[in-house]
Amino acid sequence: MKIDAKNIGYSELNKIMRESDESRFEVENVLGQRYIGAGTTGKEILITGTPGNALGAYLNGSKIVVYGNAQDAIGDTMNDGAIIVHGNCGDTAGYAMRSGEIYVEGNAGYRVGIHMKSYKELYPIIVIGGKVGDFLGEYQAGGIIIVLGIGTEGCPVGSFCGTGMHGGEMFIRSEEAPKGLPKQVCCTEATAEEKEQIRRYIDRFVKHFKHNTDELLSSKFYKLIPNSANPYKQLYVNN
Amino acid sequence: MLQKEGETRIPAGCAISGFINRSGRRTSGSVIVNSIACMHERSNGLGGGYAGYGIYPEYKNQYAFHVFYDSSEARVKTEAFLDRHFDVVNLSRIPIRKNPNITDEPLIWRYFVNPLPTKLADSQLDERTFVARCVIRINDRIDGAYVFSSGKNMGVFKAVGYPEDVGDFYRLEEYSGYAWTVHGRYPTNTPGWWGGAHPFSLLDYTIVHNGEISSYDANRRFIEMFGYKCNLLTDTEVITYIIDYLHRRLGMPLEDVAKVIASPFWSELESGKFSPEDTEKYRHFRNVYSSLLITGPFSIILGYNNGLMALNDRLKLRSMVCAEKGDTMYISSEECSIRTMCPDVDRIWSPRGGEPVIAELDKYAAERVGR
Repeated sequence: MKIDAKNIGYSELNKIMRESDESRFEVENVLGQRYIGAGTTGKEILITGTPGNALGAYLNGSKIVVYGNAQDAIGDTMNDGAIIVHGNCGDTAGYAMRSGEIYVEGNAGYRVGIHMKSYKELYPIIVIGGKVGDFLGEYQAGGIIIVLGIGTEGCPVGSFCGTGMHGGEMFIRSEEAPKGLPKQVCCTEATAEEKEQIRRYIDRFVKHFKHNTDELLSSKFYKLIPNSANPYKQLYVNN
Repeated sequence: MLQKEGETRIPAGCAISGFINRSGRRTSGSVIVNSIACMHERSNGLGGGYAGYGIYPEYKNQYAFHVFYDSSEARVKTEAFLDRHFDVVNLSRIPIRKNPNITDEPLIWRYFVNPLPTKLADSQLDERTFVARCVIRINDRIDGAYVFSSGKNMGVFKAVGYPEDVGDFYRLEEYSGYAWTVHGRYPTNTPGWWGGAHPFSLLDYTIVHNGEISSYDANRRFIEMFGYKCNLLTDTEVITYIIDYLHRRLGMPLEDVAKVIASPFWSELESGKFSPEDTEKYRHFRNVYSSLLITGPFSIILGYNNGLMALNDRLKLRSMVCAEKGDTMYISSEECSIRTMCPDVDRIWSPRGGEPVIAELDKYAAERVGR
C-alpha cells in the first residue's frame, strides 16, 4: 500500500496503517509525523522523507526502513523488530530498548542506547555506522551497542561514554580508546573471538548499507563492559 | 491586570526555529510560520511568538517599541513617559487579524522613537543604555504596561495561542525580514500569559528558549545587581539580560558568552581537552562569572541585529538541528521543520552541547540594512 503522507497528521497516518489488512506500506513525503509504526507487529514500513520523533516506539516486531534522516528517540522502548535508517538519526536512539535491532548508516546523536536492557532471549542490538555524541550507552543495562566510525577521524564516541553502565557490551571501531571512561567501565581491545561474536550484526549492517564485513572487522575494536569488580548492586546495601 | 505566574504546574515541551540570510535578503514571515506549524505537538497553545529582523527598513534608525497595555490608563501613563524621554516619530496600534484561537488580547501598540537629545545628554549614558533603562523602567514601574520589543529595524510579536495562530493574528506574511526566529510554548510550571510568551527581548536581543533552567534564581540575583529587573518571573527573561550584560555592556564576543553560560565541566578543563590558553580563559570565566552559568536543559536561539546564535546546554538535554543552504542558515528543534523551509539543504548537522553556532550578516549586507 502506498501512502502519500503530505498534510496527513501523525494520528491519521498511524491509524491508516494500523487498521489496514495489508502488511507492507510505502509512505512518501513524510515530514515530522511522530510515532510512526509505534507498537505494531508484523508490518513492513518503508519511509521516504523525515519521520518525526519516537519513530517505532514500543515497536513489537515490525520492520521500519527510512530513506532519509530520522529524528530523536527512534525505537524508544522497542520490544522486537528492526529499524533501518539510510541516513543519520537524532538523540536517544534505542532509549530503554529491550529487544530488536536498530541500524543507522550515518551518525547518531547523544545518549544512544540510554538504559537499554536485556533478559534471557530478549537482546537488543544497535549498530551505528558513523559517529555518536556524548553519553553513549548511558545507564546501559544489557544488549550490544556497536559504533563503526566509518569515515570519521579519531574516536567516534563523545564524552561521558558509559556513564552509569551496568550491563551489556559496547564495541567501538577505533584506533584509540574512548577517553574519560567512568571507573565502573572496563575497556579492552577486542580479541579476534570477541569480534567474531558481533560478525552477524556487522553482516546485517553490511547487507543494508553495502560495506565489507571482513574489512570492517579487520580494524581495531574496543570492547566496553561494566567492571564486575565495582558493581552497582552493593552501592547502598548488601542484600 | 495581566494574569502573571500562577500556581499551576504544567508539563514540558516547546519548539524553536529560526533562519538568517547572510546577504540580508528578506523573506516573508509566512516561511517561519510554516516551519513551526509542523512541530505543532511540541506546543500546547499557551504561547507563541516571533522575532523578525530587517522588518522596518523605513524606520531603521528609530527604536521600535512594541507595548502591551492592560488598560487605557496604563497607555496614558506610558505615553507620558515616552513623551518625556523620546521623540515619538510614529505611533499606531499593531495591525492584527481576528483569529478564533487568539482571545483576550491586551491593547497592542507600536512606537518608533528617538531618544530626546537633551535627556540623553543629561543622562551621561550611551544611547543604547539609555533606551534599555527606559524600557526596564516602564516594565518595572508602570502597572499594566509591558514593552516587549525595543530594538531598531526589528520586532517581537507574541501572544497566548499556538504559534501558527499567533503568526496569523499579527499578519506576519505582511512583514519581511532577513532573519526570523519563532517559539512554540508548552509552559512548565506556569499558566502562560501574553507577556510570558517568547521571544524575550531587550533592545535588539531576543531569546527563544526550549527548556527549563534550574539556575534561575542564582542568575537573577547576580544580574539584578546591574540594574536589570526580572519582573516576568520566567527563566527565559534572565537569559536575555545575561546576554545583554555580557555582550553589549562588557563587549564580550558571543563565542565567549557561550562559554560563560554553558561553560565546560571542570573535569573537561582538567582533562587537557582544550589548549592551555583556552583552559585558562574558561577557568577565568567559571571563577568570575560562576553566577551566570546556566544549568538545566536548554536550547536557545539568540537573535540580534547582526545575526543569530544557537546554543544547547552542555549536557544537550534538548534537541537542536542546524542546516545551511547557500547563504542561508537554518536552526530548529527538529529537522522536519528545517525541511519545510528548505527541502534540499546543502548540509545538516546537530551541534554538540555547549557549542555555539553563530551566523552573521556579511559586511556589505550589514551596511545595507543599516547596521
